[in-house]
Amino acid sequence: MTAAVNRIDRLFEDRSRKRFIPFITVGDPTLEATYQLAHALVEAGADLLELGIPYSDPLADGPTIQRASERALENGVSISDALQLVGRLRESGMEASLVLFSYFNPILQYGVERFFADLAKYGADGVVIPDLPIEENGPAVDAAKKYGIHVISLVAPTSDSRIQMIGEQATGFLYCVSSLGVTGARASLREDLADFLDRVKASTKVPTAVGFGISTPEQVRAVAPHTDGVIVGSAIVLEVERHVEQLKDPEQSAEAVEKIKTFVHQLASALQ
Amino acid sequence: MKEATTTTRIVPDEKGRFGAFGGKFVPETLMNALTELEAAFEEATKDPAFCQELNHLLSEYAGRPTPLTYAQRLTDELGGARIYLKREDLNHTGAHKLNNALGQGLLAKRMGKKSIIAETGAGQHGVASATVAAKLGLSCKVFMGEEDIRRQSLNVFRMKLLGAEVIPAVSGSRTLKDATNEAIRYWVSNVEETFYVIGSVVGPHPYPYIVREFQKIIGEETRAQILQMLGKLPDEVIACVGGGSNAIGMFYPFIQDDTVALRGVEAAGQGVDTDKHAATLSLGRPGVIHGSLTYLLQDENGQVQEAHSISAGLDYPGVGPEHAYLKDSGRVTYTSVTDAEALEAVQILCRTEGIIPALESAHAIAEAVKRAPQMSKDEILVICLSGRGDKDVLTIQDALESEKGGER
Ligand SMILES: Cc1ncc(COP(=O)(O)O)c(C=O)c1O
Repeated sequence: MTAAVNRIDRLFEDRSRKRFIPFITVGDPTLEATYQLAHALVEAGADLLELGIPYSDPLADGPTIQRASERALENGVSISDALQLVGRLRESGMEASLVLFSYFNPILQYGVERFFADLAKYGADGVVIPDLPIEENGPAVDAAKKYGIHVISLVAPTSDSRIQMIGEQATGFLYCVSSLGVTGARASLREDLADFLDRVKASTKVPTAVGFGISTPEQVRAVAPHTDGVIVGSAIVLEVERHVEQLKDPEQSAEAVEKIKTFVHQLASALQ
Repeated sequence: MKEATTTTRIVPDEKGRFGAFGGKFVPETLMNALTELEAAFEEATKDPAFCQELNHLLSEYAGRPTPLTYAQRLTDELGGARIYLKREDLNHTGAHKLNNALGQGLLAKRMGKKSIIAETGAGQHGVASATVAAKLGLSCKVFMGEEDIRRQSLNVFRMKLLGAEVIPAVSGSRTLKDATNEAIRYWVSNVEETFYVIGSVVGPHPYPYIVREFQKIIGEETRAQILQMLGKLPDEVIACVGGGSNAIGMFYPFIQDDTVALRGVEAAGQGVDTDKHAATLSLGRPGVIHGSLTYLLQDENGQVQEAHSISAGLDYPGVGPEHAYLKDSGRVTYTSVTDAEALEAVQILCRTEGIIPALESAHAIAEAVKRAPQMSKDEILVICLSGRGDKDVLTIQDALESEKGGER
């Protein structure tokens, strides 16, 4: 079961290339749209996809991703749907790394062991759990190891003395939170961001990726030298939101997907 | 006399766990702030100057100790146990919330923070925080669900009058749960300069512990007062449970007293057989909300369910982790009473004792209305009257009038 090398490890073997990591919410606005968008994002240059499992109380998220969660929950999208979507993407031949993003409570209710078994079964490579700091992630990490899955740790500008500890325990990649606060596009990034990213890099053997608030090609270019990957969420989710009605309509969805793809391509190509 | 309580103390372990419950399930951005808070609290409580300042404010500003009142006419009416009321309603600002807000406000100041934020349901914690901010010269933002802003307009006005900014939470059920989410989001963004004054024994460690330590004065006073008045401990103590701060404050000093039965009362709203209730300990399952592992109202996918109660302060799908622990260990019994029973209890207390209780506290009274007649006349029952009902009179009026309308 753990014989195969995790796709995330393979992806970052060559660190000379920077990796682009877009985020979308599963089931926003429909599961079918997410399936189409996932393929489009990979065609647009995504190396790793972050797929958010909708949650009723997403306290690390800003209004944009909160609304995406609400749209998905209106359709009753659950953790099982997200796992099955991963399976469907794998069946269709998708090779990109796939990482789910979920708050801890849905995982706890699903069953921690069962969740990691199913991540492996359906072909996911990792999970980001924003409300599970390293002090609490023991049971999740133990189960994840068993099934060859990475629990991606986060490190924030306020982590200070914790950076070393988190960096040493990290597997897969280390998710650097670029700004204080919740997810959401921001006009400008912290002045000390480069310093922070360099400090994190020095603390860990695993690759780093930076996210939270990055939304323009200029910002992507600015952070790229200090990291191995760039994560863009809210800016893409906003673009999905602009096309919600078309995405729901089978006649118009292909066109909407194409527009979002163009938008993401601009971000992805700013990286290289 | 000074209270002669607890030989062993229940302290959360180094991970902030009460048994299996509690912990710190928060974004990494907040972890450092929680560690700093833990250290600052430990240091402050060992510093005689801090304790002295807090005690001074509690006595000369808040009006402590609050009385323990023998409720003669309520006792006669119910015909059973002798009933005493711990009068947290006589605290400045009208509820027990001030004990904790003063403690955390002083801590904020000690940590050099100039701004505090708070979440509020009924508005009592918001008012307490706004009051403390004014008294200590801090700026204050209060997050409150839109629905609660509507239900508690009097308290919203009080907060504004006291100089606080009231920020509506418009997501989800627009009640306490959502106000707490918004407060946490704001805190994550402004963690370096802001102190988050949490209003109950909920949230990530060390909050459930800190809030309990600031609220246990309720039970310590009660214990000393009843010993002085009667020379013995009560047979039973009842308190309402929203997040659980007045209840833990009342119960904690009695935990080691095996002869004292403890009952926590949750809101059953329209009934525990409906989906409109806030009976977390009775009907919830362990889960994570607002940074803590505890009992939680949720669906099979782990989505948090909305809670319902006529009382805005009890309308919360989670509960403090120490209560989850006390439930599982069997030391405290948790029950629930409906909106209708609470309304009935408001009227009974008004009629017999000339006290208008908060709707939250009325839940504890309603439980006593059921319990007292089953107890003997030489038994002692203490009810924590957590707050006064001024904030609720419009809600009570509406409910009673629509009841009458329904009868016609
Ligand atoms: C008077 C009163 N009692 C009780 C509560 C419930 O909170 P807790 O369970 O933390 O005491 C509130 C909350 O607003 C309140 O205002």
